[in-house]
Amino acid sequence: MTTETAASTTGRGRAPQKGVVMGFLTRRRGGKRLHWTDWATWAYLAFGILLMFGPIVWLLLSSFKTQAGLQEFPPTFLPLSQVTVEVEGSPRPLPLFRVTMEDGSVRELAEVRRIGIVSTMIDPADPDERISVPIEAREPIRAFQLATENYTTPLEQFDFGRYLWNSVFVTVIATMITLVINSMAAFALSIYEFKGRNLAMGFIISTLMIPITIVLVPTYVVVASLGMVNSLWGVIIPGAATPTGVFLLRQYMLTLPKELIEAARMDKASEWQIYWRIVLPLSLPALAVLAIFSIMWRWNDFLWPLIVLNQTEVYTLQLGLNAFQGELNTQWNYVLAMTVVTLLPVALVFAFLQRFITTGIASSGMK
Amino acid sequence: MATIELRDIRKSYADVAVIHGISLTVDDGSFVVLVGPSGCGKSTLLRMIAGLEEITGGELAIDGKVANHEGAADRGLAMVFQSYALYPHMTVYQNMSFGLENTRMPKDEIDRRVRRAAEQLRITDYLKRRPKALSGGQRQRVAIGRAIVREPKAFLFDEPLSNLDAELRVAMRKELAALHREIRATMVYVTHDQVEAMTLADKIVVINAGRVEQSGAPLDLYNRPANRFVAGFIGSPKMNMLEGALAERVAGGVVIGLDGGHRLVLPFDVPGLAPGTRVTLGVRPEHVDIAGREASGALPASVDINEQLGGETYLYCTLAGQEQVTVHQPGQRAVRHGDSVGLTIRTASIHLFAPDGSVVAHGADHAPADALAVAAAH
Repeated sequence: MTTETAASTTGRGRAPQKGVVMGFLTRRRGGKRLHWTDWATWAYLAFGILLMFGPIVWLLLSSFKTQAGLQEFPPTFLPLSQVTVEVEGSPRPLPLFRVTMEDGSVRELAEVRRIGIVSTMIDPADPDERISVPIEAREPIRAFQLATENYTTPLEQFDFGRYLWNSVFVTVIATMITLVINSMAAFALSIYEFKGRNLAMGFIISTLMIPITIVLVPTYVVVASLGMVNSLWGVIIPGAATPTGVFLLRQYMLTLPKELIEAARMDKASEWQIYWRIVLPLSLPALAVLAIFSIMWRWNDFLWPLIVLNQTEVYTLQLGLNAFQGELNTQWNYVLAMTVVTLLPVALVFAFLQRFITTGIASSGMK
Repeated sequence: MATIELRDIRKSYADVAVIHGISLTVDDGSFVVLVGPSGCGKSTLLRMIAGLEEITGGELAIDGKVANHEGAADRGLAMVFQSYALYPHMTVYQNMSFGLENTRMPKDEIDRRVRRAAEQLRITDYLKRRPKALSGGQRQRVAIGRAIVREPKAFLFDEPLSNLDAELRVAMRKELAALHREIRATMVYVTHDQVEAMTLADKIVVINAGRVEQSGAPLDLYNRPANRFVAGFIGSPKMNMLEGALAERVAGGVVIGLDGGHRLVLPFDVPGLAPGTRVTLGVRPEHVDIAGREASGALPASVDINEQLGGETYLYCTLAGQEQVTVHQPGQRAVRHGDSVGLTIRTASIHLFAPDGSVVAHGADHAPADALAVAAAH
């Protein structure tokens, strides 16, 4: 162990110092003045952030808008809603407007009713006096307000909790099955040397070229004849073995030192133990990558569940979302809010598992 | 503990034969070193004994029982790999206990064995560490410990010291020798380093291109190499090979005409060689002496390089018509680059090889130890 590596390990243990971070962020090419490449870098990065996060932020903000707020034109960036006031003698809260009077003065008035292009308004402070105002002269007063009912209503009324549970069940179980059977296939195709090994691998890879739409109907027939329609297992099992997963894991396992396997053989380990206790723990980085993929595929999967599941009790989140989209009327506020809900788990999974992608532990025990 | 017997073992990959019939007996409790240049098939041979490579032909017997078709796990042997092959995700303790757990041994017995081996190898303090956190020498010990706890019939070592630095290698070499003395186990050790072979082995097997060149006790190989390859391979620095031809027979001896014009009179006859036959005269660097240039019976040469190590001196000299001659002498020699010297050779240390590489005569069989071969003017 050299002093160099020792220094880097101690540095990694602590949170990076503020000065270091600022130094990194404000690093520039051309001394004191900004070089044009600095401008280009910042512009490029800003554009990237806008491109990546723009839609997400837009989605997040819009999910807190009311149905009316969403349909407004021109659209607003923040979720704004009209301010209302309780007025004596009125059964419901009245919307508040800023009105430019004929004499040029500006007053805040509440609207009682509107007939044609004339609006009848009252002063909340003096509810007895009625004022007629042409509608061009008034402008709604709006304030920032989160429409949290977008989240609570679907979760309470539409049984979104159940969809959530179904989605979690499908994702977790399917990912576990995928990891186990794909790693078994990868183990056989990487650790054992047999005739036709590469042919078998090529055959598995070649199935990537068949689009899902082609096998949709035959797969459905199989699933239906096994009685798995309207069962979550009907969603889980057909997609459990993925050529991508086998390929990914196999390529990783090929890099494991052969001597480790041989050492295990000399240690009287059974083939199962070699798989379970040696190869799997060492393939953890690759397994984590596949787990991330699998979770994203399963969570976002729409077409196959749509075909297999047609009772609301077994709906997954994506199908539930689709239910808000009617033939005539789409409840965008619910769609957007529930889209945010469906995004969260994937984002969390990625945040926690992505460090595994770069971690290599397999090489460290050898020379 | 076990006897391992190889009878005409062969190995080929597809149509390419790499081991051409090796027969060998590893006696119970002995330390046998397979040595040879890289690519000679020594590691393949070891892996065949271990059961990691299939045996194409011949018979492998462990304790008299043919084991050709037994799996690696069933042969009861333990192997120490060149790269150590420690399981990186397990602690030192787990690395050592893994093989025992697989035999369903009771936990307390496993613990007892692991701790005893750890103590023996002085790695008790590291039992909870991962291999990553160990130095090369410590990893090496863990790899050996993993073999010891199994109490195998025999230990197989595949170049176990080649990844260590020179100093550590010497230390580990001594430890291995001590370990063998202590546990008296049968050990088969593969190396390309003849120093390791000489220092560790009860019996050395020199392998070249898939064949056994010679096997025997280390000093037998050193003193009486069976052919030119063994002569050149065993001993460091390499044996000097002087090329020449049998010039004539004289009373009670022969005269060798060396390339470059010098003649050397040997006081013994070499039957079966006709005058004019090419011969190679081998003599080890430590058996060449430096004399004055005009000394009678010396071969005139000039010094190219003088390496003074204090306790010993290596001289590299040019002798007309020959490859550079190495001289290894104890003590310090006050000669410099370009100096003219005379080289004298003791007859008893000469080995004569026929053109096909086989040995024709060992000087030691014919001459007293201190007699000099006389260089005669032509």
